[in-house]
Amino acid sequence: MEPLVYPDALIRRVLHAVRTIAMVGASANWVRPSFFAMKYLQEKGYRVIPVNPQAAGQTILGETAHAGLADIPGPVDMVDVFRNSEAAGAVVDEAIRLKDAKGIAVIWMQLGVRNDEAARRAEAAGLTVVMDRCPKIEFGRLHHELSWSGVNSRVITAKRPRMMR
Amino acid sequence: MSNAPKRYGFETLAVHAGATPDPTTGARNTPIYQTVSYVYDSADHAASLFNLQTYGFIYSRITNPTVSVLEERVAALEDGRAAVAAASGHAAQFLAFFSILEPGDSFVASQNLYGGSVTQFGHSFKRLGWNVRFVDPTDPENFRAAIGSDTKAIFIEALSNPGGVIVDVEAVAAVAHQAGIPLIVDNTLASPYLLRPFDWGADLVIHSTTKYLSGHGTSMGGIVVDSGRFDWGASDKFPGLTKPDPAYHGLAFWETFGDLGYAMKTRAVGLRDFGPAMAPMNAFLTITGIETLPLRMDRHIANAQAVAEFLTRHPAVAWVSYAGLETSPFHALARKYLPKGPGAVFTCGLKGGYDAGVKLVEACELFSHLANVGDTRSLILHPASTTHRQLTDAQRVKAGAGPDVIRLSIGIETADDLIRDLADGLAAATR
Repeated sequence: MEPLVYPDALIRRVLHAVRTIAMVGASANWVRPSFFAMKYLQEKGYRVIPVNPQAAGQTILGETAHAGLADIPGPVDMVDVFRNSEAAGAVVDEAIRLKDAKGIAVIWMQLGVRNDEAARRAEAAGLTVVMDRCPKIEFGRLHHELSWSGVNSRVITAKRPRMMR
Repeated sequence: MSNAPKRYGFETLAVHAGATPDPTTGARNTPIYQTVSYVYDSADHAASLFNLQTYGFIYSRITNPTVSVLEERVAALEDGRAAVAAASGHAAQFLAFFSILEPGDSFVASQNLYGGSVTQFGHSFKRLGWNVRFVDPTDPENFRAAIGSDTKAIFIEALSNPGGVIVDVEAVAAVAHQAGIPLIVDNTLASPYLLRPFDWGADLVIHSTTKYLSGHGTSMGGIVVDSGRFDWGASDKFPGLTKPDPAYHGLAFWETFGDLGYAMKTRAVGLRDFGPAMAPMNAFLTITGIETLPLRMDRHIANAQAVAEFLTRHPAVAWVSYAGLETSPFHALARKYLPKGPGAVFTCGLKGGYDAGVKLVEACELFSHLANVGDTRSLILHPASTTHRQLTDAQRVKAGAGPDVIRLSIGIETADDLIRDLADGLAAATR
């Protein structure tokens, strides 16, 4: 498989524009990666709505979990997929069906999740697609927060850092 | 405008990587954050920090803003994923192994290592139940033969101290990966300017930053760099990374942090629980040193070549081990792995043996008689009477530190002055 390359400018644009994120596969278990990502994104001012049939009706980090994307009452800017690569296909198709009703503009598949066929369908439907990345890591990387843990952010700048939101 | 992410050259990274202007003051140079602790915005923020759910500073034993600039800079220069700094190279080495070894595990190491590493591995690690098997690194097959079911890593100095041995990194990496274990390279003597072990398949890199990175003989320090490429979850060999960690309320570092998992574990458990943190002042001096690393290394190498060529012609000298000489058995490997030059630390043998060695180190005026390498100043040492004195005769010869051996670390002074000082010293040693 070709390595995925996303310019920093694209990631910045997505993270700047998005307000509400539907997190498919969100978990109430605090040691799960999805819980880490949800909590961090909430702290950065995003509204994160958990989607998980097993947790439907429960509250995760103050938000009610829904069984599917269609059950979310309000608009959703981005769908963040915490499922395996194969299962991501069906999530993407549901997002394509709901894109006008919900205002979905971005499909984001988590670190380790990649479905090139589904990505092509989403892009053909006019959606922006990011795969095999984590929005928590990318937000932290572009804001130099990941650097605080000695991570190679590959961001070089002589400008004073500013928060994008 | 190109769609590809920007790539910068080594010299640019040496000056800029990790160091943006200070977000609060605009200070362009990296401030020395001489603080122990950091305030929390709220109880919830504190909880997120302690749970590793958000990025931020808690306590300078674990992270410090000056130290993290150094960590990112070295990670960038090695083209790695992340780095963890420590108080010394030895501390970094301990942390690197702590994240992957259980009591009863073993690793295979080159026998051509800094004498302090031979002692650390052979004696002090043994008391923790970590067993080392030393092998001759000049044949990569020797590593394969020493690997057992309890073996969790291979450790080498690609350019060794003090023997002048160069290891075939690519071939040893292949042996490690066939066994499902990582290759750890101590890259202290080459520095990332001369050699980037990750380009040849290594998985972890260690530095004593005390040497060329800091460069001026001012600051102790060490660092572990992770390539982020080793699949710790491919086998059950590394439960410390893949199983829920009782030292971190059941967090599984590999699952939660992916390719950052090794570095997170090394920091959040290793540094936290054993405490060998780098001081912010030392990080500052090391960052400043790294800015001129490429310039210094070019001069170190030019001087080393000139001094080595002088010594090969001197009648009191029996042999010179510098891989930059065409007569070196490691010349071909040097051209492959270290095309800019095989460092500036090498050994030579005196025809007068142990006594001539002691006389030479005492007779030099310009060369400093001390135990260090990678300083701007030229250094001279007689390993048999100093750094390697605690080894047995057999171990000393194996490590390239026999009774007649002199180790030189060539600095960035005027080459002719160094040659004159050695000529005078050799004259005194043979009188």
